[in-house]
Amino acid sequence: MAKLDLVMFEEEYKQLQEIIGRLQVDSSSKVVFLVDKNGQQIAASGDVRSIDATSLASLTAGNVAATDGLAKLIGEKEFSLLFHEGEKDNLHISIVGKRGILVVIFDQSSSLALVRLRVKKSSRELAEIFEKVEQRAQATADESSSFESPFSEITDEDIDKLFGD
Amino acid sequence: MTFINYASREINCKIVYYGPGLCGKTTNIQWIHEQANPEKRGKLVSLATETDRTLFFDFLPLDMGMVKGFKVRFHLYTVPGQVFYDASRKLILRGCDGVIFVADSQRPRLEANIESIANLATNLKDNGFDIRTIPYVLQLNKRDMPTAAPLGEMEDLLRFRNEPMVEAVASRGQGVIETLKACARQILMELQRS
Repeated sequence: MAKLDLVMFEEEYKQLQEIIGRLQVDSSSKVVFLVDKNGQQIAASGDVRSIDATSLASLTAGNVAATDGLAKLIGEKEFSLLFHEGEKDNLHISIVGKRGILVVIFDQSSSLALVRLRVKKSSRELAEIFEKVEQRAQATADESSSFESPFSEITDEDIDKLFGD
Repeated sequence: MTFINYASREINCKIVYYGPGLCGKTTNIQWIHEQANPEKRGKLVSLATETDRTLFFDFLPLDMGMVKGFKVRFHLYTVPGQVFYDASRKLILRGCDGVIFVADSQRPRLEANIESIANLATNLKDNGFDIRTIPYVLQLNKRDMPTAAPLGEMEDLLRFRNEPMVEAVASRGQGVIETLKACARQILMELQRS
């Protein structure tokens, strides 16, 4: 169950990007991130340059994982929503499908109620796309798949080059 | 679980440094952070206690360059080594692509190494992985210590699947890149196979 690679293609990526772009505008938020549960950023919308997105993705996933642990300790499957209130900016974190995390950063130009409402709608759309990605990963894992990976010819030389040898 | 984005042509891999308390996991990634080209390294995030012991994890993103037209990025994580942080260790292994086990060569720590490998096997299993098949490297750290056990003895005790074994002194950077490279090689070869 754990070793299915998450492979994102142009078409799905565009769809995800479009949904979170719309969510960012409709919820009057500053930035929206879509993050994988293992800590990798998938897509972003808004003023992303002001934030260290890579660290945000990793820490969000860590936060969600720790919260998952807490949920299990009290007999819950998971907590699907986390909210952090700051002096100026707030963080709304929610689980999308089985493997996505949606992060919305907003200030007083929006409200928790509006963000929650818009996130709910977008989450359904995002979950459908994740479902498609998941199904394809499953199909690709089958030997009958005709999907040809561009990585089928990675050589030792390619790897040495990464390390500057 | 490697994340491949064909749209932005990126491959992201997660590597976890595992081992008993004070074996040098954080020292490994601190050294990589210091040596890496500032344009290619991300910020080193450390969630540590007041005494600088890892509380949840250390995290370092590294942009490595291109493979087959894809930008390769490694996400390096360490786990807290102290025995009572087992829940954290389990969470951090979630979705990992490769594991580097950092063993402490000092004789009084040999048992702690063995216990930690057993703990790793259990926690990997709980995350759906098999310690016998996941990309894996054994680093024998602190080889410069006067109480370091002989190499052959450590190999007999800790090596179990013909995995790459690297001698290291992480505080001086010795063996650090070699260890990372040995793990990266297995992950990328795995990508080739899958």
